[in-house]
Amino acid sequence: MSKLIVKDMVKIFGKDPSKALELTKQGLSKNEIHEKTGQTVGVLNASFEVEAGETFVVMGLSGSGKSTLLRLLNRLIEPTSGEVILDGEDVTKASQEELREIRRRKLGMVFQRFALFPHRTVLENAAFGLEIQGEDESERQEKAMKALDLVGLIGWENSQVNQLSGGMQQRVGLARALASDPDVLLMDEAFSALDPLIRKDMQDELLDIQSKMNKTIIFVTHDLDEALRIGDRIALMKDGEVVQLGTPEEILTNPANDYVERFVEDVDMSKVLTAEGIMKKPDVTVTTKDGPRYALRLMRSKGLSSIFVTTKDKKLKGIVTADCCVDAVVNDKNDINSLIIPDIPKVTPETNLHDIIPKIADAKYPAAVVDEDDKLLGVIVRGALLAGMMKKGGEEDGIA
Amino acid sequence: MELPKIPIGNAVELLVEAADKYLGWFFDIITTVITFMVSTTTDSILNLHPFIFIAILAVISWRLAGIRVAVGTALGMFLIWNIRMWEPAMETISLVVIATFVSLIISIPLGIMTARSDSVHRVVMPILDFMQTMPPFVYLVPAVILFAIGEVPGLIATVVFAMPPAIRLTGLGIRQVPEDLVEAAEAFGSTSTQKLIKVQLPLALPTIMAGINQCILLALSMVVIAAMVGVGGLGGMVLRGIQRLDVGMGFEAGLSIVIIAMILDRITQKIAGGKKTT
Repeated sequence: MSKLIVKDMVKIFGKDPSKALELTKQGLSKNEIHEKTGQTVGVLNASFEVEAGETFVVMGLSGSGKSTLLRLLNRLIEPTSGEVILDGEDVTKASQEELREIRRRKLGMVFQRFALFPHRTVLENAAFGLEIQGEDESERQEKAMKALDLVGLIGWENSQVNQLSGGMQQRVGLARALASDPDVLLMDEAFSALDPLIRKDMQDELLDIQSKMNKTIIFVTHDLDEALRIGDRIALMKDGEVVQLGTPEEILTNPANDYVERFVEDVDMSKVLTAEGIMKKPDVTVTTKDGPRYALRLMRSKGLSSIFVTTKDKKLKGIVTADCCVDAVVNDKNDINSLIIPDIPKVTPETNLHDIIPKIADAKYPAAVVDEDDKLLGVIVRGALLAGMMKKGGEEDGIA
Repeated sequence: MELPKIPIGNAVELLVEAADKYLGWFFDIITTVITFMVSTTTDSILNLHPFIFIAILAVISWRLAGIRVAVGTALGMFLIWNIRMWEPAMETISLVVIATFVSLIISIPLGIMTARSDSVHRVVMPILDFMQTMPPFVYLVPAVILFAIGEVPGLIATVVFAMPPAIRLTGLGIRQVPEDLVEAAEAFGSTSTQKLIKVQLPLALPTIMAGINQCILLALSMVVIAAMVGVGGLGGMVLRGIQRLDVGMGFEAGLSIVIIAMILDRITQKIAGGKKTT
């Protein structure tokens, strides 16, 4: 069962949402409902499921309802209708007291403008959630220090928060959310107020923390690069509706509609596409048992100038070129092992294009895609690389 | 044709008469309590030697507001003693302290309530306008009818006069706490009391202190007017100065009021401003 299930979430801002709510069921859009009833739709029939340990990104431009959606999850904004099921329990039906308990134990939140308490020190800020839970002083100090350690703020615990830089303030915000060890982190444009370099650091930090703690993260952002970088899956929102839901690659390579397509057209594809996405299946290889004659014939029939050599169990040994094979045949040498050039560009399937390009640029041979056991998974030839980038409209001189 | 006059005046007269007739016992209790409070406070101050009291005040202002204010306090109080205004000044101080105390007991909770509930806010604000703009004499007279001449109607009028800024500024201070901080407090599962005590009140403190400061100064300024219904103290001396055309005495009493006002103002201002930086 999924960690968090959101079903038909609707939020209508206005005094009498019943009529507008009726219209949402008929599948009308935000604008149509506003025209007919004067009520503003914040979120319209949003449904999705988030798995435990997943980083789920909600992305959209301002006014798309993404921050509202996030606040519906912990009921900082009361939903008009719909369900939020966290660990099998419907948050929308919880009493005020139960809701407080859920907020205290299960849902940590990080805010765009940090929302730190200026009258408290870094440590007191980090310990805030624990204090609210009624933990005793020594216990909460210990846990808060642990959280500060996690975000790299040891040594700053007695500082005033407004003496810290933006990046450090948001680390405090993150520590405050992590201190009570919630399962789910709600992050509302958490890094949007930071300058680009710091933002990238914080994204790395988050990924790092995520790999250690394995939290379920719901991350709201308007920044596509950020979404692609940290998201396992992305929900793209427009006018209160989720218009597409999928992995970063699915959204980029297969936009659901014009809106998504326009959204993603400026993305630097070289940073998103991975080796796996553009490689060719290595159906034409030879093994170390084959002779140069066989290799040569294979190359001729496929029109290749070189061919990969693997062991019987597909472990990559290197490459042989047509020229070497011709030489060997002429000199009547039959062992292919002496012809293998082992020093060829190798990448893993997760390597993105951005990092493949320099490797392949200076090499005379195609790049091999191998797994951690050196098993050959695919081949990337220069032409395919270029084609891949051209087709998707990416540009190498995009965002640095 | 002429519209008949709406009998607002008569209604108020009837109301005051009825209150006097049926709730007299209640007003008697209030009178007894207040008279006791004022006389006990005044007596216990006057039992001290003036210099000891000056020393106590100086130490308090030194601890709260620094050495310069402490020196000013000592010199000012010494001057009051020297110009033979000590006794009425002590009466005034205890009256102001009690009036402020009573005002704050009512106005801080009320201010918190106006901040938390829009409907309370809508009801309370026009009442505050009324309290602040209605000339004090107008409610001094019915207060005399209900409580008889003396310190009590004066004190009640002072409380009415001094409360509004404390209520307004308490409410304002809490409403001005940034929305995202309140949201953060809620997101971590605060109860509304925790939210108030841990986030809203501490952040509103400078504004609330400004309200308390205003409350004290208004209470002091009311003391002269309250003298007309039989409150003694420095206000009584000013009034006597006017009645006897004794310009010198009037001025001396007035100067003493100014000195007390400055001391109380500097101390409360330092408390209000100081919290922000430490």
